[in-house]
Parts: sequence; structure tokens; C-alpha cells
Amino acid sequence: MVTNVAVKPKRQYRGMTRWGRIFRNLGMLLPATILALLFITAIFAEWLAPFPYDETSLPERRMPPAWMEGGSMKHFLGTDNIGRDVLSRAIYGARVSISVSLLAIAITASIGTVLGIMSGYLGGRTDAFIMRITDIAMSFPALLVAILIAVSLGPGFFTVIFALSILGWSGYARIIRGEALRIRNSDFVAQAQVIGVSPWKIMIRHIFPNILNILIIGITLSIGTMILAEAAMSYLGIGIPPPMPSWGSMVADGRNDLDRAWWISTFPGILIGLVVLSGNFLGDWIRDKTDPRLRRL
Amino acid sequence: MSEIVLKVENLHTSFFSRQGEVKAVDGVSFFVREAETFGIVGESACGKSVTAMSIMRLLPEPSGQIVEGKIILEGTDLVPLSKKKMRAYRGRMISMILQDPMTSLNPVYTIGDQIGESVRLHQALPDNMVEPEIISSLRLLKIPTPETMLGNYPFQLSGGMRQRVVGAVAMSCRPRLLIADEPTTALDATIQAQYIALFQDIQKKTNVAIIFITHDFGVVAKICHRVGVMYAGKIVESAPTREIFKAPRHPYTSALINSVPRLEHKDERLYSIEGQPPSLLNLPPGCRFAPRCTVATGVCREEEPPEVDLGNDHTVSCWRVK
Repeated sequence: MVTNVAVKPKRQYRGMTRWGRIFRNLGMLLPATILALLFITAIFAEWLAPFPYDETSLPERRMPPAWMEGGSMKHFLGTDNIGRDVLSRAIYGARVSISVSLLAIAITASIGTVLGIMSGYLGGRTDAFIMRITDIAMSFPALLVAILIAVSLGPGFFTVIFALSILGWSGYARIIRGEALRIRNSDFVAQAQVIGVSPWKIMIRHIFPNILNILIIGITLSIGTMILAEAAMSYLGIGIPPPMPSWGSMVADGRNDLDRAWWISTFPGILIGLVVLSGNFLGDWIRDKTDPRLRRL
Repeated sequence: MSEIVLKVENLHTSFFSRQGEVKAVDGVSFFVREAETFGIVGESACGKSVTAMSIMRLLPEPSGQIVEGKIILEGTDLVPLSKKKMRAYRGRMISMILQDPMTSLNPVYTIGDQIGESVRLHQALPDNMVEPEIISSLRLLKIPTPETMLGNYPFQLSGGMRQRVVGAVAMSCRPRLLIADEPTTALDATIQAQYIALFQDIQKKTNVAIIFITHDFGVVAKICHRVGVMYAGKIVESAPTREIFKAPRHPYTSALINSVPRLEHKDERLYSIEGQPPSLLNLPPGCRFAPRCTVATGVCREEEPPEVDLGNDHTVSCWRVK
């Protein structure tokens, strides 16, 4: 009667070479490596950056990258219009971009999860109320609201996070409500009710663990969105105040020099694209792996 | 006669929909004694499960409500209890086994966690006492090697084992009343027989009163001491099992019993009752079964038959019984 079915999760790789395995998982390994490297860069910016982010050197302004004529190894990615090292600023910029978006994601995901679970599980008036607020949050133009907040509170690290969080939770609330609604009707929730578990405990112990995969996918996928939103705010000049670099403000700094010094905007732009793509690929990969309907047997 | 554990008196449960009031349970009364199994038999949508959900007070509110009646568990009426007090009864005093064992366990927790949840909730035990309690519940359900079972996840078990674990969750606080809502429907015939024997064994050991909901008279014959036959929200006949098989008094009861396939009648076509049960939105005047009844007369279509007590726990609502 006892069937301790030994499940072999690695079954699909049987008979494959090591390189074959690595190639199969490239969709996860590559974006995860890129994100991990940027994360490390952001943490150890002081040690990795060859120059301080605000050190100007007017004689060396608009120096091209090392591999171009007139470039030198001293400033590998060139310098900007007041002679600051682009590589160093991009490294420090990673810190701003990543910390802002991670904090904003933590806040939005938490709010969205709590509201989504309550809405989906409690239903009735609670659901109607939360969902109307969500509708309102979703119908506001996010960037416009962010500008309003930044203008009224004054620019700064926490203003940016606040501006990104105030509407960003609504997407999570929607998706998680849908999942909670589905799980509420499952038999193990009925079973928990039958043995007298309270609604709060059911939400925490039974609903939450079962929406975790959806939440993780949502978080990974929103890394890209948040980085972009932060970049957009910084580009518009309502982000982190200068001289602290962020990728978005670096793109903005270089926009007047695009014809003679393309590298000032291009390298931070490439970084933004790289992170957004990595986040999206990683999110897709996790979704494919955790969604049983898509799992290959 | 042993003590009465649960007494349901004139229970009315309705669902309020846009089309009007659906009287899912319309004046049901019955009782269950200690160490006794009471079967509720009837077709789909006759109100069996709603009766169970009313006793558990787990109706989908606000659309489903107990309109009238008493549900007395060991002297306490459950109907007026607050939600919080009712939660303390659920799992500890009354428990329930749901229909589908495959999905009644949360996939993210181990078996030990799931049984432990109920134990921790209702019994103020020190942490080191919880595990022995869980193991004893697993033993009660005759689950082999309970110590290793604790750490298993539901997906590692077979359907029959999961069914037993669900039983262990329900019995973990040794409730006085256990409601089993078609627990054998999803099982195949051999496991069904084992499972029924298991129920009888548990009852012998714990004296638990069981309400066994089923549509299968064959299962009733095996496990129930007494049976209530439900039709369109009412119990039309209630009697000890042996008596109901020997001398059914209500035409619906005899029709149901005749619908059970039997080996000795292998040449005949299986008997089936003509027609459909009435819509609970607008019930016919008179006896609910009259439109499908082969022996109905004028009075059956005009007035509802009263409940007649035939003595020896046998009651029936039919104009033909005097």
C-alpha cells in the first residue's frame, strides 16, 4: 500500500553530456549569471570601480572607449562631457538602479500579495472593495503619478521608491487574487475549514505557500519593469539627484552628445536592456519549470 | 440504548438566489447515537451534502443560510453559536471527511504537518507530545510504518493511503461525531470494502457517531445501523437498516432498493425510477415524490403526508402508511 515513489527530477537529462545539460539550461544560466554579476558589482562598487563616480577631469572629457582611436585603457568605456569615467559611473549606477528596483519590488509584491490573498479568499465586499481600488490604481498613468510625487516630495532615493510603489502593487494584487480564488475552492482548504482552522491561518498556511510560484515569477518578471521605470524617472530628471549616477540619468546626460560621444548614453543603455532581458528570460524559465501544464515529462 | 450524540430538529437550510429561495433542506429531523452509523441516502442534489454542511456550519454565506431548526450536539445547539465558537467545535467535537481524497491534502505540507495542524489547534499540548498524538492517529487508521509516513508528502502516497490520511486528520482529536460525505465514491470496489471495515474498526475503538452520506444502498447495507432516505430536501423514511431492506414502507425507498444491481437478477434490465426530482425552487403541493410515484392517489398530490412513527426507530412520510 505504501508507495514511496522515487521521483527522479533530473530524468530528462539522462544520457546527456555535461555540455548538453549546460546548453539545455542556458535560458536560466545566462540571465541568472548576468543578474548575479550585476548584483555583486552593485554591492562592491567601491572596490570594483577604477574611479570615484563624481571625479571630473576636464582635459579628458568625451574620451572614447579604449578600443577606439584616442581611447586609453585608463578609461575603458570612455568619459562623459565633464570627464567622468563611464565605466565607474555605470558600476555605481548599478547600485542605484538595482537597490531602487529591488526595494520597490519588495514593497509592491508584499502589498499586492496581502491584498490579493485577502481579496480572493475573503470574497464578498472585501473583494469588491480591494478590486475597485486596484482598478483605480491600474487606470492611473504610472509615470504621470510618479512625476507628481517626485515634484511634490522633492527628488531622492526614497521618493523614487515611493513613486514606483504607490501604483505598482496593483498588478500583483490582480494575479494573486486570481490564484487565491482558485485555491480557495480546492479541497484542502475545505479540509482546513472542516478541522476548524481560522480564516487568517488558512490564508497564511494554506493559500500563501500555494501562490508562491506565481509570486516568484511575478517578481522576476518585474525586475525589468522596475529597472525601466527607475531609468525613465532618472532620465526625466526626477530620479536620484546628481552627481549620484543611475543608468537612466547617464542615458539622459549623454543625449546631447550622441553625435560626437555616443558611448556616454549607449553603455548604460545596453546595461538597462541586458537586465530587463535577463529578468524576463529568467521569469519565463521559472514559469516554464513550475507550471505543471508546461512541464515536459 | 446508548446516548444520543447529535440531534437535528426540523432543519431548514435555504439558498437565496436571484430566482428565489431554494429550499435545499426542508424540515429534516434525525438523530445519531454514540457508536452508531446513520446513513443518509438519496439521489444527487437531494440535500445530503447541504445537511452535512449545515451541521458543520460551513454553508457558503451569505447565499446559504440555516433558516430554522436546531442542531444539538451533546446538549449544545450549534445554530446560534458564533463563528469563533463554532471553529472550536469543528475538528475537536465534529469532524468531516470530504469526497475527494486526492485533493483534500495540501500538496506543500507533509502528512505529519497536516495532522499536526488539527492537533495543535485544538489540544494545548507541549511540542514533544504532538508527534506521538499524530502517530496514534495514523495507527488508528491502520497506516503502516507511521513513523516514516510523517515526513512524506501527499504526492508520494497512493489514493487509498491518502484517503486514510484524510481520515487520520479527521480523527486526530477523537471527535464525538464524524460526517463522511461519500468517502467511498472515488475508490474502487476492493479498497471500498477495506475502507468500510476500517470505519467499523475505528468506531469500535473510539465510540464515534458517524453520519455516512452516500447514494449507494449497497454501501448502506454494509456499514449503517440506521438509514434516512432523503428526497428533495426531506427525509421521507428513516429506519434501522435491516428493517428498511426487509420492509421498506415508502415507495421511493423500495424504488431505490430495487435500483441496486444484484447478482441473482442478472437477466433483467436494471430498475430505474422514471422522471426527475422536482425543482427545489417551486416544489409541487402535496408529496414531493407524487409526480414519480407509481402508487400515488389524489390526496398525495394535494397535501403533504405527515410523518408517521411506526415504533422501533422507524418513521415514514407517506399517505399509504397509516
